[in-house]
Amino acid sequence: MLRANLLLLLVAVICALSTVSANHRARKLVTEYEREQGRMRELDIEWGQLQIEQSTWANHGRIEQIARDRLGMRVPPPGQVVSLEAAR
Amino acid sequence: MKFARSPILNQRLSPGRSRLVVLALLGSFILLAGRSFYLQVFQTDFLQKKGESRYERVIEISATRGRILDRHGDVLAISTPVKAVWAIPEDARLAPAQARQLAALLEMDVRELNRKLASEKDFVFLKRQIPPDVAEKVAALRIPGIHDQREYRRYYPSGDVMAHMLGFTGVEDAGQEGVELAMNNLLTGKPGSRRVIKDRRGQIVEDVESIHSPQEGRDVTLALDAKIQYLAHSQLKKALVEHKAKAGGVVVLDAKTGEVLALANAPTYNPNNRVRLVGAQLRNRAFTDTFEPGSTFKPFTAALALEKGKFRFDTPIDTSPGRLTIGSATIHDAHKHEMLTLAEVVQKSSNVGVAKVALSFQPDEMWQMFNSLGFGAPLKLGFPGEVGGRLRPAKSWRPIEQATMSYGHGISVTLMQMARAYLAFARDGDLIPVSLTRVDTPPRTGTPVFSGQTAREVRTMLEMAVQPGGTAPKAQIPGYRVAGKTGTAHKLDGGAYADKYVASFIGFAPASDPRLIVAVMIDEPSGTRYYGGDVAAPVFAEVMSGALRTLGVPQDLPLKPLIMAEAVKEGV
Repeated sequence: MLRANLLLLLVAVICALSTVSANHRARKLVTEYEREQGRMRELDIEWGQLQIEQSTWANHGRIEQIARDRLGMRVPPPGQVVSLEAAR
Repeated sequence: MKFARSPILNQRLSPGRSRLVVLALLGSFILLAGRSFYLQVFQTDFLQKKGESRYERVIEISATRGRILDRHGDVLAISTPVKAVWAIPEDARLAPAQARQLAALLEMDVRELNRKLASEKDFVFLKRQIPPDVAEKVAALRIPGIHDQREYRRYYPSGDVMAHMLGFTGVEDAGQEGVELAMNNLLTGKPGSRRVIKDRRGQIVEDVESIHSPQEGRDVTLALDAKIQYLAHSQLKKALVEHKAKAGGVVVLDAKTGEVLALANAPTYNPNNRVRLVGAQLRNRAFTDTFEPGSTFKPFTAALALEKGKFRFDTPIDTSPGRLTIGSATIHDAHKHEMLTLAEVVQKSSNVGVAKVALSFQPDEMWQMFNSLGFGAPLKLGFPGEVGGRLRPAKSWRPIEQATMSYGHGISVTLMQMARAYLAFARDGDLIPVSLTRVDTPPRTGTPVFSGQTAREVRTMLEMAVQPGGTAPKAQIPGYRVAGKTGTAHKLDGGAYADKYVASFIGFAPASDPRLIVAVMIDEPSGTRYYGGDVAAPVFAEVMSGALRTLGVPQDLPLKPLIMAEAVKEGV
């Protein structure tokens, strides 16, 4: 009888300790999750800023100017354009 | 010595004493049990709440405003977080040196800063919409009473190119103009909040519940094609300078889907920097300004004539001697012609010819047609300030008015309405709704206005107008068959027609299977030329050829040397 009681007591103590440690681990995971979420938001913001930068660089006016002035490109005159039939 | 052998145990005490002790102990236990029962059972909710409030926090979850994208997914408008610096004036006691430092960081006048801090209010914004790195420097000064908060700023990478289409938002990130206002509900995100448990170090350790889940603003994909928009914008700007015009607008529609591929207005503004903005720059002319369309209206009268069967494509109409007197008023042609077929009336833009055609109809028949083409009522695209133009009821028309209306005077329209009405010619006589957003499944057929036969015949007339002998050879594009109509209208100034003009050109290409409609309107060209064929048609040709090339529309005209004949001047 006594032995059984001691065994149950031991089981109870182990259960209690594992609850504590599980709780602790859960909190750590939540903290980590929150940190990653914050990182996600930061990356999101950075992505937005990069998108702004990209579309500023890819501004059509700027591209046209570079193509015309720096690279000396021009629209081909109509006589030089050959249109190809699409392959069927 | 064992306790059991203690001599004290042998002493007989009166049973009353031990009972008293037992009772006292029992009583205390009952008291304790009662108290704990009271706390645990009756007060539990209250106490639990009290306890939780020691470590529970409600945090706001911000939601970003959605982006505006062009049809290919390029970003046209996007929000990014910035900071607002605010102060509690009562707490902010700044040393003069600190005030100077802060003012320099915020790029504001020290006196203005001091004036704001002297305010009686509990809360004043010192400066809003400042870059996060500047806000960090301000925070690093560690001045008591100065705080910052996050807010959003909207950026428009394309600047003035699509200012009127997109509009802009205010500091509160709410739409104020253009698509930003028209689709504000979709774009706006709803911030949410949630309850969490924080530990001693302020880290979140448990997620208790979400109170309101945040709703991110939805992205809006417009029908706009950034390349075509740029083309329209730059060509319009060029034409405005060249012809010393006051204002102008260009609309590009996809004839197959009804999508607005480009909408440019001039003068324009930079939505990223809106200081010194004047009303004229803000006007989205294509939607909010009406004008008398002039000769671009003639094809509608011709279409009515064909549709009712009273006229055929080649029915001769006598336009000599180049004027027509109705009541007390006389209509003139800019150039005298003799007998013209109906098609030539449109091609050479004869006012007399088209007025004669119009007078063979009841006012109501004309009104019906104008109405079914969408004139006189706003398009209801949700655009701010959109107007419908003026189309008076047929009952009040006098014969002279009916005649002038046939060539686009005495009626007012917006450029967008005109572009849309030409859809009926570009398609086979049916009208589909115009869409600002990308259409993935275009409607196959719309509301029929004309028969397919009528639409095809008017298309041929409009093609003739662009060819030698027409009013707009400058609208020709190498490699494509083009159809279109010029318009040059006198402007009403204080109730009378003045020597100011509105030059316009509306056309479509390729004429064999129209894909695009381009409508150009130039307001008050004050250079040497003011005819639609000279001022608006070249803009049309540039925008159309560029747009067709961008979209890869196959050419439908074998290349041959362009014949640039002298244009026939149209009537004004």
